[in-house]
Amino acid sequence: MSTEIKKQKKMTLTIPADEPMACGHLACQGCGATLAMRYMLKALGQRTALCIPACCWAVIDGPYPYSSLDVPIYHCAFETAASTATGVKAGLEMVGDKETTVVAWAGDGGTFDIGLQALSGAAERNEDIIYVCYDNEAYMNTGIQRSSATPYGAWTTTTPVKHFKTRPKKDIVSIMAAHRIPYIATASVSHPEDFVKKMKKAKGIKGTRFFHVYAPCPTGWKSRPEDSIKLARMAVQNAYFPLFEVEDGENYAINLKLKDKKPVDDYLRLQGRFRHLTDVQIAAVQAEVDARWERLLKLAG
Amino acid sequence: MKKVMMGNHALSYGAKLARSQVIAAYPITPQTQVVELLSEMCADGTLDAKFIKVESEHSAMAACIGASVAGARTFTATSSQGLALMHEMLHWASGGRHPVVMGNINRSMAPGWSIWTDQNDSLSERDTGWMQYYCASNQEVVDTVIQAFKVSEALMIPAMVILDAFALSHTYEVVEVPDQAPVDAYLPPFKPPIRLTPDDPRAFGGLTGSEHYMELRYRLQKDMEKAPALIEETGREYEKTFGRNLGLVDPYRCDDAEFIFVTSGTAGYTARVAVDELREGGVKAGNLRIKVFRPFPFARVREVLGKVKRAAVVDRNCSYGAHGIFYQEVKSAIYGEAGMPPVFGFIAGLGGRDITVDAFKEVAAHALAKDRADENIVWIGVKT
Repeated sequence: MSTEIKKQKKMTLTIPADEPMACGHLACQGCGATLAMRYMLKALGQRTALCIPACCWAVIDGPYPYSSLDVPIYHCAFETAASTATGVKAGLEMVGDKETTVVAWAGDGGTFDIGLQALSGAAERNEDIIYVCYDNEAYMNTGIQRSSATPYGAWTTTTPVKHFKTRPKKDIVSIMAAHRIPYIATASVSHPEDFVKKMKKAKGIKGTRFFHVYAPCPTGWKSRPEDSIKLARMAVQNAYFPLFEVEDGENYAINLKLKDKKPVDDYLRLQGRFRHLTDVQIAAVQAEVDARWERLLKLAG
Repeated sequence: MKKVMMGNHALSYGAKLARSQVIAAYPITPQTQVVELLSEMCADGTLDAKFIKVESEHSAMAACIGASVAGARTFTATSSQGLALMHEMLHWASGGRHPVVMGNINRSMAPGWSIWTDQNDSLSERDTGWMQYYCASNQEVVDTVIQAFKVSEALMIPAMVILDAFALSHTYEVVEVPDQAPVDAYLPPFKPPIRLTPDDPRAFGGLTGSEHYMELRYRLQKDMEKAPALIEETGREYEKTFGRNLGLVDPYRCDDAEFIFVTSGTAGYTARVAVDELREGGVKAGNLRIKVFRPFPFARVREVLGKVKRAAVVDRNCSYGAHGIFYQEVKSAIYGEAGMPPVFGFIAGLGGRDITVDAFKEVAAHALAKDRADENIVWIGVKT
């Protein structure tokens, strides 16, 4: 071996090889939420318990005993991911298990809408749970109805093209930051190293930890399954969904600095749900994304 | 040890003696003292439990369910609007077979706002698959909480221990508080057959097709059918140690009675006074207090009703468009049976209006004057 090659920087693999998620899940092709689960479990390991409310993942894991996951799951009511997880953590501790990481794993409807009260309660009490919202920006499991995570301009079955959503997406991270919980992170399936690193970091923190995970949904976004990772990456690079952390509700840190921030146009054009948008409307989306990014830059100092 | 305590504190002592491990609760009048005392007990270490101060009753029951599936003994308490908010989770607790025990203080449903007693809150949860015990004294409350955990954990079915707002919740009575050691012997630690743990990763409550769902509900009903015998058996076992029997029903002077009131909750004790006075006036009266409403004690009700000439069910509730709810259940218990008396139904005491001895006498006068019940339910003490 030449000295030149020896000197080359060795590539380090940071994602654990363990697979607490097996093949045989029931998700659609190109499902971002499925990859998100895989990366999370790789980071947290098998001593994890999941509380999953009504959402795509209530179905994806498959019927017991054919579950694709090697961790215990409690399928809970729609609005109770945070409160059920709170109870599971308390119950496990009372029977002597202080090690298991308890995760509430919910979609955007179960988080931004119906589950927000229970989530706020758990966060205010600083319950020792990790809450992950995998955000595919609508009620996808029930057939693509708008949620308060649906972005401006998007078509859904309840926001038809003639009456598309004209209000912006709810800013869930700011809501959670206002609770001053120890740790908040955004993550994307397009950036698995960043995802796993932050999830591992969260595992070592006590208290309520919140993840907002971007999870493309070809079925609901009317995009091609093979474009899911591409779309997720574009959303990070154009600041539609920037990657950052918030510690103790006020210390913002951007994980991926955007020296060359891309425009949102290409990203929107790859998705059928935005097909109807005019140039003026796309410019409005761009302005909104720019404003959010500027605000984030300020918050991150 | 004898203590003077309010009904709400009787619930707290019951939960403490049962060594509840996780308590999740939200305040509502007239339940607050239950959780105030329990939070004190948790804070000063006299009860080794985690108290989760949730932001709603819905979350209270969700947290109880989570703690229960993790293997912890779990208690909560609520009332009225809070119970109604929990409704979805009540189905979850029974459908998931989580033996949570809950105190419910019977309080009327709004509007108009009322904090006083009637039973429409708990009876609206009749079909949720929970056992329901209606108590009439603070002693019965302490004892029943302990028994309820034993029965619930044996059958993996949750239970409500129910008491009237103010008439019991805020009324002070002398209570014999059992010692901890015999309670521990009577109620060993909760050891569910399966629980949520990474050591044995299972999925609970997932999507269940039509080929399996019905069998799950069939098993719930079959286990509920075992409950009457188990309640009586554990009641007798309780009596051996503590000297008080905890049965399904509480008959008073029914053995030679010709006419009986059928009651529940604290009204049952007022009925006893009416019975005594009616007997002084020559009416061979009695009172059958139904303590356990779910499972419904069909056999015990038939046994008593089969020996009397007529019965009057006094309901502190109403199924609007039909009748009083205990009245309906009593009629269904005797329907088609030979030798059963005519049964009359009355509604009294809604929104905390007193059901007085005179009210019972009015009931008796009405029932004794007719051969069969009116088509429409008769209201007692109402301004029409």
